[in-house]
Amino acid sequence: MNPRLRWRKFVSGFMLTMTGVCALVSVSVLFLILGYLVYHGGTSISWNFFTKLPAPVGETGGGMANAIVGSGKLLLLAALIGVPIGFFGAIYLAEFSGGTTAFVIRYAADLLNGVPSIVIGIFAYSVAVLPFKHFSALSGGFALGLMMIPITLRSTEEFLRSVPNAFREAAMALGASKWKTIATVIVPAAYRGILTAILLAFARVAGETAPLLFTAFGNRFWSHGWNQATAALPEMIYRYAISPYDDWHRQAWAAGLVLLALILVINIVARAILSRGIAVPRS
Amino acid sequence: MASATSIVPSAGPVAGSRSFLSRLRQGDEIARIITFLFAASVVLVTLLLVFDLWEGSALPRHKFGFIFFRTSVWDPIFDQFGALPFIYGTLVTATVSLLIAVPLGIGAAIFLAELAPARVSDTLEFFIDLLAAVPSVIYGLLGVFIVVPLMRQYVQPVLKHSLGFLPLFQGPAYGVGFLTAGIVLAIMVIPYIISVSREVLLSVPRDQREAALSLGATRWESTWKVVVPFARGGILGSIFLALARALGETMAVTMVIGNTPAISVSLFASGYSIAAVIANELTEATSNLHYQSLIELGLVLFLLTFMLNGLARLLIVATSQRGAGMGNA
Amino acid sequence: MKRIAGLLLVVLAVGGVLWADSALSITGAGATFPYPMYSKWFDEYHKKNANLEINYQSIGSGGGIKQVTEGTVDFGATDGPMNDEQLKAYQDKHGSGILHFPTVLGAVVPTYNIPGVTAELNFTPEALAGIFLGKITKWNDPAIAGANKGVTLPAEDIVVVHRADGSGTTYCWTDYLSKVSDEWKTKVGKGGSVNWPVGLGGKGSEGVTGTVKNTPNSITYVELIYAESNKIPYGRVKNSAGVFVKASLAAVSAAGAAKEMPEDFRVSITNAPGKAAYPISTFTWLLIPEKFSDAGKRDAIKGFVKWMLADGQNYAEALSYAKLPKEVVSKEVKAIGKIQ
Repeated sequence: MNPRLRWRKFVSGFMLTMTGVCALVSVSVLFLILGYLVYHGGTSISWNFFTKLPAPVGETGGGMANAIVGSGKLLLLAALIGVPIGFFGAIYLAEFSGGTTAFVIRYAADLLNGVPSIVIGIFAYSVAVLPFKHFSALSGGFALGLMMIPITLRSTEEFLRSVPNAFREAAMALGASKWKTIATVIVPAAYRGILTAILLAFARVAGETAPLLFTAFGNRFWSHGWNQATAALPEMIYRYAISPYDDWHRQAWAAGLVLLALILVINIVARAILSRGIAVPRS
Repeated sequence: MASATSIVPSAGPVAGSRSFLSRLRQGDEIARIITFLFAASVVLVTLLLVFDLWEGSALPRHKFGFIFFRTSVWDPIFDQFGALPFIYGTLVTATVSLLIAVPLGIGAAIFLAELAPARVSDTLEFFIDLLAAVPSVIYGLLGVFIVVPLMRQYVQPVLKHSLGFLPLFQGPAYGVGFLTAGIVLAIMVIPYIISVSREVLLSVPRDQREAALSLGATRWESTWKVVVPFARGGILGSIFLALARALGETMAVTMVIGNTPAISVSLFASGYSIAAVIANELTEATSNLHYQSLIELGLVLFLLTFMLNGLARLLIVATSQRGAGMGNA
Repeated sequence: MKRIAGLLLVVLAVGGVLWADSALSITGAGATFPYPMYSKWFDEYHKKNANLEINYQSIGSGGGIKQVTEGTVDFGATDGPMNDEQLKAYQDKHGSGILHFPTVLGAVVPTYNIPGVTAELNFTPEALAGIFLGKITKWNDPAIAGANKGVTLPAEDIVVVHRADGSGTTYCWTDYLSKVSDEWKTKVGKGGSVNWPVGLGGKGSEGVTGTVKNTPNSITYVELIYAESNKIPYGRVKNSAGVFVKASLAAVSAAGAAKEMPEDFRVSITNAPGKAAYPISTFTWLLIPEKFSDAGKRDAIKGFVKWMLADGQNYAEALSYAKLPKEVVSKEVKAIGKIQ
């Protein structure tokens, strides 16, 4: 083996080990965070937590039932806004658009992504709260939906682009129209990636507090319908975490754990339901 | 008869070679219009947002003009507002976070996509995606409870000892500051880089790798010189996502950056970022000028993001090779 | 599968709209300082009046003033009274005025972490102003040591920690400093957010106390209720009568009763006269509109305020808030009549 080859092999082994180290570091940080959450939050999770309304200071036995339902409602609304715009917009960018339009749209999406969540909250406030003179779950969902758009859009576009041209050409050769190609060939091929994109966007907005302060506002009671202020898990976590009370601190950690579990469940369910019948081999 | 050797290359249905009506009938034009509307709504919303910010910051814009960008004083009582320390803090923390997160993230993504067995890779990916769901408040709390003491007791003294000759690592070490904020941000943005990069790497066709290997490349060379450039677009896209998150993060940063509107070369120093000061002062701002100055800071962040994105894209264009596969960020 | 999902969606949507609520829902927003008290009150009141839900969220005093002026909430709450400009803005927008109703009293205390010092320190107004102005930089400075004979203070740099987020606590603290130090008044001023001459900023009471706990030779200021709930040691402050007073509910109430309460209830009680008064005390107020278009809401709020001034006050001390002085209570009861 000549020295150059030996060197290249060494570099190869070294760099690949380094990537392993990177993965190890990233994953251990993750497990540290999860472990901390489970440790601090696990002890405070009880049946009460899931079924009772918040209790005032000094009283034990309170829970976050309304916040859990509230978060669910807000996420549903956010998905209704963020997913279609992100998904269909990405299809436009990847399949139909020309250079300049695509550039402008991508740029706008990146800009939107960089807006601090509290500024999105203010924007949603002036659009969805002020004209109606009251806070609502709808405005909260709107704010969160806005935040979902750029992540969904950019990531989905990347995954659509990553489908090899051969797929498109084959479909066209068989006489399929463009939209049929997209719907039956390209999207299914980029499917895992698109799902990842959507779930990532979902995860991001599930934990946001700032946009909700001026839109969903928070509620210590049950929120009725879509037009009333509603509690949400991240917002409760924020309030309880900066409070002076130990009991509330423990509830804040518990809420963080529950939020994470919620996202986990959504992840699992989404992947399970939607991946049935899609058999795209990993390349 | 004459063109036996030239097969008419079908440029595809979009080339306009079919009539508008035929495209319409086949549903393509409708699909194009509908998807365009969705895509255009993004631009619309963004423009509306900028307009809202512009209107909402009229007072300070008229009062301070461009001086807003040059002054460092932030005094809500005596009505003096300057954006410089916040711009500085935002840029520094974003840079630090990317310097840490990008190599780690891409390295981890390469490992997960190329080396790890499928089941391990999928499971780990699942958990890494969960990291993206951790509320920013919790990141802030973890920063305060774990990272800050760690920095104050171990990391900062070590850095000071070994690299203290650099102005970057001088000054008193309180645990909070630019460096800590950068580290916490790095942890927050890594999931985006890993998640998206891994998926894009996985979608690189197998024959690309095989071709490289068959030409005698080592595993690393095949990965770094063939697969990664092929996935360049997606990886860069993930970095844009990460950058955007780092620029706009509010809660976690304010808990670990020290919240002092001051400019300092040292990474140990306490600083402030645009998003952090907005989060801290907006809800309590009682004077109109104060409130609108905070809104103007939001506008400034927008401008910053605009310029950073532009710069990044220019860099990409300048360094991209022609025909580098899917390269288009 | 898809059909089921679609059906579910429809049911949710319709159900969401139709889920009727028979309860009267009132929203309020504002100060974070009294949040524990208010959440207790509104909960207790809801237990007595099951058909009434008062939803209060602490988005900050500034937020409270803003939202009640905009009309997105039914009432507001603030730690610092509205100034004339804000009152006028409300008047212009609604055509009627807005009333201040003090609810409880609170205090702000100095807390510190000096390795080796376990004694309760005495702070003079000059010492506090000097420390937070950055003029007094070492713990063994004569300005501090002079009031603490018998305690060995180290020759270490003082690390000042203050609130980064705008807050009523900062308002009270800076209000006090402005009264006792001309230099503070002209250089920094009083407000929820100020341009601090020195120091690190922590987010929330949790942030500042956490920083102080982890940083040797540091000092900060927190609400009394926070210090008490978390068993954080705090120092004594010299009041205007020259006595070093440790913050307690009695001392705070003494400060509240010391001055004559103006008709509109907007008053600052920092540095109050009297031997027993704690000098860094403050009222906190509910902001209630003079005119209500909805009679149901108006009566509900009037009922609540009446209850708050009577039974409600009995819950205050358990949560480390001081009760309102009797004279203030009787004045407020009369003022309820102003709500139309």
